[in-house]
Amino acid sequence: MSNLINVSPSPHTYGKETTRKLMFGVVIALLPALFTSIFYFGYSAIIVTSASVISCLLFEYLIQRFIFKKPISITDGSALVTGLLLAFNVPSNLPVFIIIIGSFVSIAIAKMTFGGLGNNPFNPALVGRVFMLISFPVQMTSWPVPAGFGTGYTDAVTGATPLAIIKEGLKNGESISQLVTQIPTPAQMFLGDMGGSVGEVAAVALLIGFIYMLVRKIITWHIPVSVAGSLVIFTTILWLINPEKNADPLFHLLAGGVLLGAIFMATDYVTSPMNPKAMIIYGCGIGILTVVIRIWGAYPEGVSFAILIMNAFVPLMNAYLKPKRFGEEVKNG
Amino acid sequence: MLRTFPVGGVHPQENKITAVSPVQVLPVPSSVAIPLSQHIGTPAAVIVNKGDKVKTGQKIAESRGFVSSNIHSSVSGKINRIDSVIDTTGYKQTAVFIDTEGDEWMETIDRSDEIVTDIKLTSEEIIKRCLESGIVGLGGATFPSHVKLTVPAGKKCDVLIINGVECEPYLTSDHRLMLERGEEVLIGVSIIMKALKVNRAMIGIENNKKDAAGHLTKLAGAFNGISVHELKVKYPQGAEKQLIKALINREVPSGKLPLDVNCVVHNVGTAFAVYEAVQKNKPLIERVVTITGKSLSNPGNFLVRTGTPVIRLIEAAGGLPEDTGKIISGGPMMGKALSSLDVPIVKGTSGIILLPRDESVRSEIKACIRCAKCVSACPLGLEPFLLMTLSEKGLFERAEHERITDCMECGSCSFTCPAGRPLLDYIRLGKSNVIKMARERLVKQ
Repeated sequence: MSNLINVSPSPHTYGKETTRKLMFGVVIALLPALFTSIFYFGYSAIIVTSASVISCLLFEYLIQRFIFKKPISITDGSALVTGLLLAFNVPSNLPVFIIIIGSFVSIAIAKMTFGGLGNNPFNPALVGRVFMLISFPVQMTSWPVPAGFGTGYTDAVTGATPLAIIKEGLKNGESISQLVTQIPTPAQMFLGDMGGSVGEVAAVALLIGFIYMLVRKIITWHIPVSVAGSLVIFTTILWLINPEKNADPLFHLLAGGVLLGAIFMATDYVTSPMNPKAMIIYGCGIGILTVVIRIWGAYPEGVSFAILIMNAFVPLMNAYLKPKRFGEEVKNG
Repeated sequence: MLRTFPVGGVHPQENKITAVSPVQVLPVPSSVAIPLSQHIGTPAAVIVNKGDKVKTGQKIAESRGFVSSNIHSSVSGKINRIDSVIDTTGYKQTAVFIDTEGDEWMETIDRSDEIVTDIKLTSEEIIKRCLESGIVGLGGATFPSHVKLTVPAGKKCDVLIINGVECEPYLTSDHRLMLERGEEVLIGVSIIMKALKVNRAMIGIENNKKDAAGHLTKLAGAFNGISVHELKVKYPQGAEKQLIKALINREVPSGKLPLDVNCVVHNVGTAFAVYEAVQKNKPLIERVVTITGKSLSNPGNFLVRTGTPVIRLIEAAGGLPEDTGKIISGGPMMGKALSSLDVPIVKGTSGIILLPRDESVRSEIKACIRCAKCVSACPLGLEPFLLMTLSEKGLFERAEHERITDCMECGSCSFTCPAGRPLLDYIRLGKSNVIKMARERLVKQ
């Protein structure tokens, strides 16, 4: 056997990237946000995150083992990423049983029903999150206020998110200049010192993850920049029209889940478009829908819904928005 | 910023182990097998018989038709037989087997070391000489050069592009040629310019060969109209269309030729062969071949006679390493894996690469995660993931609509896929079916 040589078609050399390396790259990019959330929300952030990750991995394992009856691929890191992102999208004091239900919806319904990794049309973590938000609205919207590492899991002081404060205030006829004293300063929001989901609060940590993923070439800039850019442009226009009724663009960018969504959720490989032109349109769609939901919708926050809605357009975009072919002849007339 | 082509491309590990090894002359082998088809187009027709005595450089097969090429004996000796041989593609083809006796050259060939600078031949004579000498493109495609030197009526050429890119990993034969025979290469370029009647030539060299680029730049001062351009290292920059885009920012339309954007591309190796044919009257019977691999004890660049079995070259480089898992003719991105060690070196063989066993096995195929890395890697703006799926499912009409025939099989998509999917294998399958369909349509009309 030892003197046999292989014969196969070219290429004969391959890049170093693998699915697992890419997924674990995303995990590394999520670590700064995980550490800041532990810093702000205490060990409850650890409980929520572990519960989510363990149950996501378990559900994927059980389905592959007993229903698919195919080789187990939970070590590829995709369920780990889903678990982390799901935890990052919920309040840190969420009861564990709700997280387990959310994980089940994410993995079993949103991912495995369609055939597993690579086949799901909607972002699994967001499907799980929205399911929990609709089914357990009270638990999903009582946000612990950052109180440091010593905070207990159940005795945390809860409060509204900055977005909810603005939404409620405006509904009650208050103006932005009156409300501004009740919300954190941009610096506080940038560092994550505000109420919110486990992983969404610290802009700085998310941006570190973004830079890491860009350098590692895990994602390209197109989706995050077009989400953030379109959101800023749209909110700037509204703010210039009436600064008393509309919050400033910096507030919209830093409050809530825009950065988490733009950097980590909208860029999910499986559910985002596959060429730069479509990526930019998809990103702008998310940015604009987020603002529409925040300002005119029933919920104070709309990133999750915006991404899920745009997910639905991805097959259409892949079919009709094509990359520019080399040497494509320009049709005259 | 260094110039390069804008869309797609990858950067495989360069592994140019033999970049510093000067070209050595491989001893004339005891026997050669010279295939009749060492070029694109009609195979040549053999004009010698079994038992005939031939001299080095003597014509043994004649070109048939416009796109074809003459074949010359690379050794002197007796024709043993005319038989089939397995060539680099793995298929059998007819070859002339010659047993070597001494090394007696044709008297017409100037074998002196003197560099002849004066170009005495006219444009037409140059083209005729290239046809007579069996010159073909040495960049890998082996397209008969006289065809590319003839500008058809109605077309014009305003710039000649010389390909010194050598973007494939491992290969260094063009690199060494530019360094060691720079002046001859430039005279060759001037000859091609004269044949094409252009007054401007641009040589593109990737900047991992700074010494070669510097050397040629210095020499080019003495020549009219030749400029040397360093390019950013990116595969597949040596592809004709990508090089044209990088150097003069013209985009050859899909299905068209460089002449459609008023330029012609030749390889540096071809320029050298043209020099030898025109100035020294020497037919194309030997070329520089890189023999390399991480486990080889003595990798290097050798001047090899055509028809030499690959094993002779491997022996000269220290023998077949114990851990060899794959033998490649050409570069690791587009080369062909050989099935035998007796495959003859031909005009188009730029290198022989021995890959260790652990690098010669493909990884397990995983699910597509739609990461779009293949889309960003494709230098032609295609969607490899889609073309693979369409080919897999037999949807060839749609594959044609998605321009599967634009694919030049550079392999960037398969190279870059994190899930180890055999994108190019399926695209080849789809392409061949689409081409078959198109032929059938043509027949019906």
